[in-house]
Order: sequence, then C-alpha cells, then structure tokens
Amino acid sequence: MKPILEVQNISKKYRIQHLAGGYLSLRERMQSFFRFEKSKAEDFWALKDVSFEVQPGESIGIIGRNGAGKSTLLKILSKITPPTSGKIITRGRIASLLEVGTGFHPELTGRENIFFNGSLLGMKRIEITAKFDEIVDFSGVEKFLDTPLKHYSSGMQLRLAFAVAAFLEPEILIIDEVLAVGDAEFQRKCIGKMEDVSKSGRTILFVSHDLNAVSSLCNKVAVIKAGSIHFFGDALKGISFYQQDFLKSDSFSADAQREKKPIYFKSIKVSDINGETQSHFLYDQSITFDFDIVINDSALRCDLFLLVIDSRKRSVFALESNQLEEKMKVAIDAHTLVRGNYSIRAFINQPNIARIDEVDDVCSFEIIDNGSQMMKHGAFDYGSVFGKGKWM
Amino acid sequence: MTDPEEQIIDSAHHSFFNWKELWRYRELFYFFAWRDIKIKYKQTLLGFLWAILQPLLMMIVFTLFFGRVLNVPSQNLPYPVFVFSGLLLWNMFSTGLTNSANSMVNNATIIKKIYFPRLIIPASSILVVLFDFLMAFILFIPILIFYQQPLSWSAIWCWPLALIISVVATFGPGCWLAALNVKYRDFRYVIPFLIQILFFLTPIIYPVSMLKNPMLQYILVLSPMYAAVELFRLPLTGADVNSTFLLVSLSASAFFLFAGVLYFKSTEDFFADFA
Repeated sequence: MKPILEVQNISKKYRIQHLAGGYLSLRERMQSFFRFEKSKAEDFWALKDVSFEVQPGESIGIIGRNGAGKSTLLKILSKITPPTSGKIITRGRIASLLEVGTGFHPELTGRENIFFNGSLLGMKRIEITAKFDEIVDFSGVEKFLDTPLKHYSSGMQLRLAFAVAAFLEPEILIIDEVLAVGDAEFQRKCIGKMEDVSKSGRTILFVSHDLNAVSSLCNKVAVIKAGSIHFFGDALKGISFYQQDFLKSDSFSADAQREKKPIYFKSIKVSDINGETQSHFLYDQSITFDFDIVINDSALRCDLFLLVIDSRKRSVFALESNQLEEKMKVAIDAHTLVRGNYSIRAFINQPNIARIDEVDDVCSFEIIDNGSQMMKHGAFDYGSVFGKGKWM
Repeated sequence: MTDPEEQIIDSAHHSFFNWKELWRYRELFYFFAWRDIKIKYKQTLLGFLWAILQPLLMMIVFTLFFGRVLNVPSQNLPYPVFVFSGLLLWNMFSTGLTNSANSMVNNATIIKKIYFPRLIIPASSILVVLFDFLMAFILFIPILIFYQQPLSWSAIWCWPLALIISVVATFGPGCWLAALNVKYRDFRYVIPFLIQILFFLTPIIYPVSMLKNPMLQYILVLSPMYAAVELFRLPLTGADVNSTFLLVSLSASAFFLFAGVLYFKSTEDFFADFA
C-alpha cells in the first residue's frame, strides 16, 4: 500500500528582518531604497531536510521543544505556507486544526459560528446540516445556540469549537496542541474522540507537549530538534529518546532577534553551589540561576520575575527581584524541589506597565532524589515541592 | 480501494489559476460574504436602512451644492437622478475597494491557521457591497418615478452589464491593494486618499463633456468606473455614447484586473508569513 503522506526533504527558510514595529512599512522600504542600504535581513532555517512517510491509519505524534520547528512543519503540511524546497505527496483529504475555533466571531450566534467554522475547516453545508445535532450535542451548549458568542464563557467557546472539529471526516487529520486548553474532563473527552478517529482507520498527525496524550494516542513519534528530525519510529522509544534529550541542560543565550529590545536576557545558566553548570541536581543541593542581562536603556525601571515550571509546564513557584542589574544571581534552597524535570520561565517587567523581555521553557534540569523521606512512596505523586511544616 | 487523488505540495507554482479548487471552495466564498453581511447589520439601530440612507444623503448634499449653487450640467437629466445614478455604482466601487483592500489584514488570524484559495477573501468582500447596492437600487426606482424620468428598454441589458463592469473594476484594484496592504502596513492610510481622488476624477457628479480639453477628457475616462457609470446612465439619457471613451475605460479595467490578480497570486503564498 502506498503511504498516505510522503514528506521528502522539506526545508523552510525565513528571513528575519529587524524592523521597528515588526512590520514592513512603505516608508522604510523607500528610505532604504534611496539610501542604497542593504537589507538587514538574516536567514533562519526553521526546518532543514525533513523526510518521513506515513502509512494509512497510523497516528504520528510530533514532539519537540518550543521553536524546534513543529508548528512550521504543520503549517507546511496544511498548505498555509509553502516550503522553501522539497516536496510533500498526499493521498487523501487533509484537514488541519492548528487552533480551535478559527474564524469564530463574537457577534455571531453559536449556530452561525458552527456553520462558518465548519465551512472553513472544509465541510460542505449539507455535511454540517446533517451533523448539526450531533455537534450541538457533543458541545453541550444547546441552550445558547442563538446567543451571540461574546456571551459564552471561554470554556463554552472551546467546547463548541472542538465539537465542530470533532466531526470532520478527512483521511488525514492534523492537530496542533489544541488540548493544551480546557478543563481536565473536556480534555479526556477530546482524547477519547481522537482515539475513536484513529481507530476508525484515519491518519492523525498530532503535535503536543503532553507526552501522556501522545503515548496514548500515537503509535509512532517524530522528535524534532532545531528544524530536523532526530528520531522517527515507535512511540514509546521516541518518547524516552525525547525525555533523555530534554534532560540535557542547555544554557540559554540570546539570538539576534532578541537584541533589538532595550533590555534583554543575554544568557541564563543553571549551576551548582560551586558555579559549575549542571543539568542534574540532588534533592539536597541548592540550585543557582545566573542571569546576564543587557541594559541599553537604564531609564526603564524594571525587575526580574522568575518562574520554575515542571515538565508539564505548570508553574511551581515564582521569585521576583526588586531591581534589575546586569548580573543577577538567585539561589534556590536545597530540599525544595522534589524529583522530576523542571525548566524556567523568566520575564523582565516594568511593573504594571510592560513586559520588556521573556524566555519560556529554558534551562531545563532534573532533580534526583537519592534518599529523602518521601522516597519510600515511590512513584506516588507527592507534589512538586517538599512540604515544610511542623507536626505539633 | 481506488487510489485517492495525489496532491503535491512544494515551492513551485503549478498553475496560475486552479479553477477546480476555486469551484470546490465556492461554499466558503458564500459563507464569507454571509458572515460579513450578518456582522455588518447586527447591532446597528437602523440596520439595512444605512445602505439606503447613505446614498440618499449624499445625493441631497451634491444636489444642493453642485446642482443648485454651481449649476453643473447633467446630460439633460434632473440633477438628483444624474448624481444618484452615479453614486449607486460609485458607492459600490469605493466601499468594495476599501473592504477588499482591508480584507486580508482583517482576516489575518484565519489566513495564518487555515488554507483555502486566498482570492475568496477579497472576492467575497465585494459580494457584500453588491448587497448594499441592491438596497440602494430599491430606492432608485421611486426617485425615477418622482422625477417622471423616462427610461429606455435598453436598461435590461445596460444595467446588469454596468454592474458586472463595476464588479470587475473593483475586483482588480481590490486584489492589488489587499496584497500590498498585507506587505506594507502603511498602505491602509493611502487607500481613502486614493479613493477620494478617484471620485473627483470619475465623472460622477459632473459629465465628461463639461471639460472642453480633449486631453483632460481622455485622462478622466481612464478611470475604470467611467464605463460602468456611463452605461448605467445610457437608458436614462438616451444620448450617444463615445465608444472610444468606453473602450479606454474598459481597457483600464482589464489592465487593473490582470495586474491586480497577478500581483495577488504572486504574493499569496507568503501572506501567512507576513500577516
């Protein structure tokens, strides 16, 4: 049987232009034309030489860090942006869900939005009419069908959006992190629906950070790192490959894009008490974060906000500084984080005014528990931090 | 099982126009227009009346100043009939051009997330103004009756033809501006200015014959809307049309259609990256 999807040597280049407002303006274009300036663009390869094949009925999980190129790959597969080189052969109708509720309009009623959104996703009007009752039933918003969407809660909007998408019947379904939102019960419902879809023999490409969802839904995994595929094959092997890779500490350092900001993170390092960069810490070691910050505009009064996040991107705790300096250092006490994988988010804030710079999911590190009191409970989930309290 | 149709995604342009694909997406085209019409008239106090009020008020203003005070000739028509017949099409052109020029930017969130033939967006925004045109046209009939304006049977083919020409005249520049607007964000400030200039350059509130210099006349009839307005007035005036003038205007329309769609198609692949 021929593969339903053949991806052959796909590459995608973006030109990063250092523009003031983020947009090209005619005025700037003319100015640079008359001054004979060379364009300040810089090439960036979001994807490089990506190839893989998908057989009908397979479901493929695509995992990778933020900025690894997952979304670019999905955009190319769903024809939103063309590849710079390479080609893709598809043998079946593709529907892509890069976002739930694309095209939802707050002024339109639930009913009207179902029709417009369904049509955008590639459903025929007759199809939507035929499945209308099922869609409404799945979403659970029948009472508000003729209410404008702006009066819906965000949860209701999400349910309605997912309900429309759930009744798509393409041969290939491409899904991007849509499950990252919504409450736990609804997420289960969605995963259940997607399992039905994959069991019915359709092909799914699923991008997610949620490794549990990937392992329960996909039989193969593609691990993307820095624009190329580092692993393609069995789901469980792929997930453990990714997790091992994830554990390698990477210090953060700024790219050219960031340098146009008035204040930005130049580098961030995780190190132990001796100043040695580390990716693994024992539960009774203290952890130090070293921030190198470039301050081009010292008139801005800023502070630094640091969040430690766990492997599922939930915030564990936060630390905030009072002022900002070019070199900043903060130590987390020993015996704080329990075993597991963590990384950090950090912001440079002008308090109550603006966020000048931010980094997300950088400097990952692992805490190894080799003998705390909680160790005896094994795999039991006893939280993210050691509770501090006194029995009286 | 028969092999499903193979599709290839790569960096090359395969054909200038994929008619089959456009046809497949025809429902989405209606849905876009349907959505825009719904949104436009929701939460407006007077609703559909706006489509009628706007040309009516403009007609009154122009009649007072140009018809009464300045005594602008009007091809032997009562000035209100003359100006309203022009405004009917002009409003369609100007609103259609503005809408389609901004349409890509307004729908940027959709463009970034879902694929469909991008031409649907500027095209459907013109369909929306056709709806406004119909509303205003309903008002045109009592105006004709009020002024006891004789009407030739040629209206049966002249009016639909004029309408088609206006749609074509709007669509070409509309596509062009829509694409430019995605690329250069300060283009949106140019558009109202451009339309204003075109308004005075197109014989809407005065006839071409008012200008005695033949050179100037040729410049005026370069406006893509000239042919449409002239054809629309033909059943009312019964005057002879200058076929050279018509041809010049139609050629301008054709040029803009070709160039506009060509520019749009050559940049559409990268809309998602720019928007």
